[in-house]
Amino acid sequence: MLEEIKSIKKAPVEEYYVPGHRTCAGCGPALQYRLVAKAAGPNTIFLGPTGCMYVANTSYGCGPWAVPWIHAQITNGGAVASGIEAAYKAMIRKHKTDAEFPNIIVMAGDGGSADIGIQALSAAFYRGHNILFVAYDNESYANTGIQTSPTTPYGAWTTFSPAGPVIPEGKKLMPKDLPKIMAHGHPELKYLATASLSYPLDLMNKVRKGLNANGPAFLYIHAPCPKGWSFPADKTVEIGKLAVETGMFQLYELDGGEYKLTYKPRELKPVSEYIKYQGRFSHLQPEHIEKLQQFANQRLKEVGIEAVAAPAE
Amino acid sequence: MAERKFLNGNYALAAAVKLAAPEVIAAYPITPQSSIVEKLAEFVSNGELEADFIKVESEHSALAACYGAASTGCRVFTATSSQGLAYMAEMLPYVSGNRFPVVMAVANRGLAAPWTIWGDHQDAVSMRDHGWIQLHVENAQEALDTCLQAYKLAEHPGVLTPVMVCLDGFVLSHTEELVEVPTAEEVKGFLPPYEPMHAVDMNNPTTFCIGAGPDVFTEYKYSQQLGMEAALELIPEIAAEFAEKFGRNHGGLIESYSCEDAEYILVSMGSVTGTARVVADQLRSEGVKAGILKLRAFRPFPIQAVSQVIKRAKGIGVLDRDYSYGNEGALATEVKAALYGSDVRPSVTNFIAGLGGRDILPSDIREMFAVLERSVSQPGSVKPVNFVGLRWQR
Repeated sequence: MLEEIKSIKKAPVEEYYVPGHRTCAGCGPALQYRLVAKAAGPNTIFLGPTGCMYVANTSYGCGPWAVPWIHAQITNGGAVASGIEAAYKAMIRKHKTDAEFPNIIVMAGDGGSADIGIQALSAAFYRGHNILFVAYDNESYANTGIQTSPTTPYGAWTTFSPAGPVIPEGKKLMPKDLPKIMAHGHPELKYLATASLSYPLDLMNKVRKGLNANGPAFLYIHAPCPKGWSFPADKTVEIGKLAVETGMFQLYELDGGEYKLTYKPRELKPVSEYIKYQGRFSHLQPEHIEKLQQFANQRLKEVGIEAVAAPAE
Repeated sequence: MAERKFLNGNYALAAAVKLAAPEVIAAYPITPQSSIVEKLAEFVSNGELEADFIKVESEHSALAACYGAASTGCRVFTATSSQGLAYMAEMLPYVSGNRFPVVMAVANRGLAAPWTIWGDHQDAVSMRDHGWIQLHVENAQEALDTCLQAYKLAEHPGVLTPVMVCLDGFVLSHTEELVEVPTAEEVKGFLPPYEPMHAVDMNNPTTFCIGAGPDVFTEYKYSQQLGMEAALELIPEIAAEFAEKFGRNHGGLIESYSCEDAEYILVSMGSVTGTARVVADQLRSEGVKAGILKLRAFRPFPIQAVSQVIKRAKGIGVLDRDYSYGNEGALATEVKAALYGSDVRPSVTNFIAGLGGRDILPSDIREMFAVLERSVSQPGSVKPVNFVGLRWQR
């Protein structure tokens, strides 16, 4: 049982995601990885489906983990985790190991969770394996050069959704809502939460709740990407905060069948405050920004926050 | 005491898997494989087999779950056929490259399109280059025995290479034969518990399948070839040890029949070998010096063993239940390559038969030998590749 971390000062000093990676300056996914590993502790196996947190971390002979790590393929984080979990259960039952049942954590990007990886993810949760599946969302296929994924926001520029005279807003589709997909329709689900690297204490405690849940737990972590979203590398935490304060990302958990908002912005800021720092939205016209605002309002409403139409600057 | 039972090939394989006692089984249903895993599900359900059976949502995940389970150092099993094997294709080199000794049964079936559920070797043969050992069996007893040998082979520290145990769809998978099932005690003496060289360990954290640059990638691939070369030595040794313990020998890398003085030899793989032997006997009684060479190992390919047996004959036929489009049957290419380094090189004629489950009749095999005789008596009169019994041709 992992104890609740009462304050950021009481967070463990030990690190299990350590130097040795080659992520970009200000990398959001790397920041959240460090927090997840810190919260999980030493009795942990990390699985890395293909994505930034695989590619940028696996230079030969130079991995950044102080715990065991295995590559899963981008399709199948859920399946590889299922195999490891079943193996440990069987080996413990057959007295073939004296190891304690480990924390089995899949660290998948939005492609490896919401897109090509969703089949194996959903199946693992349906079967009820005792794993924590982290979907760190940097809202694009970033390690292949910023192509659109199903969680890329409406209006964002990517190399697959460039803005042009015929398609002025860039990406035309609204993003998939992965945590809602996971929350509804997986009867064995034991715990689900969203988190942001900009709220580290909340994030670490959600990791621990997920690992204590004794069954499939899903954690959806917002992880801003300076390169893919075109913002300065020292603004990652600030951008993460703005996403929450403008309602573009909501922090909640689903525990024992009850939704609970874990952070409610005191005063909602308009979405324009969030996008103005990001080059990927720089081509948007007022009508596009209004559409994005409507999207945020709708998502907020779904978690019980009535948006007050804040005046644009 | 070993028990004699009527079992089809799939149930014989399931009986072998029960004896090998894997910790994890992960599989997805596909014809004609399904009944292997259905039987294993029964064993798990009634307590005869202490294993976790993961009912995955796809073949890709079946092999992915085996890959994960194998990383912890336990024994695993999966099975598939045809499109299912094709769907696993991405995972095949991940398993072999990580040197995980997974054993997989492949109930061989043709590949669509047009869609077919019936047997041929296209599925396994088209996965030739993914670093898996492929052993093809001739009957249900051989399926059982080869599965036990496969675990011993795959888990050998010098091999650490996954093995496909291939049995012909329906002809073997669904046809009952009298099969001897050894006891768990007997098997214990032959197949010891798996001792992994590398496994996930919290006390000694390591990474599995990290990226490798051009400076080291080749060495990883080279080491896989060394594993295959070790398998080439060990397959006959393990078969001999098995024969000593259980009294059955289905051949090591190959099994030759009446080949010593044969003028005409047909190379075959899988269940058709039995029919071919009967025809060879008939031809012998008629004065034709016919022989049959069964390929048991398709990978590693036994170049030396094959060329030693066939090089003194006059005409060699190669029966392929597969096709490498744009060239010829895959076995034919392999057999010709085996002869390249030989001091004498008989002519090689390729026969394509038994695709998509079409029966290969004794009369078809007689005709193949007739063609072989013509290929020698009238050089140039025979086509290098012959589709047997074509009902339509240009």
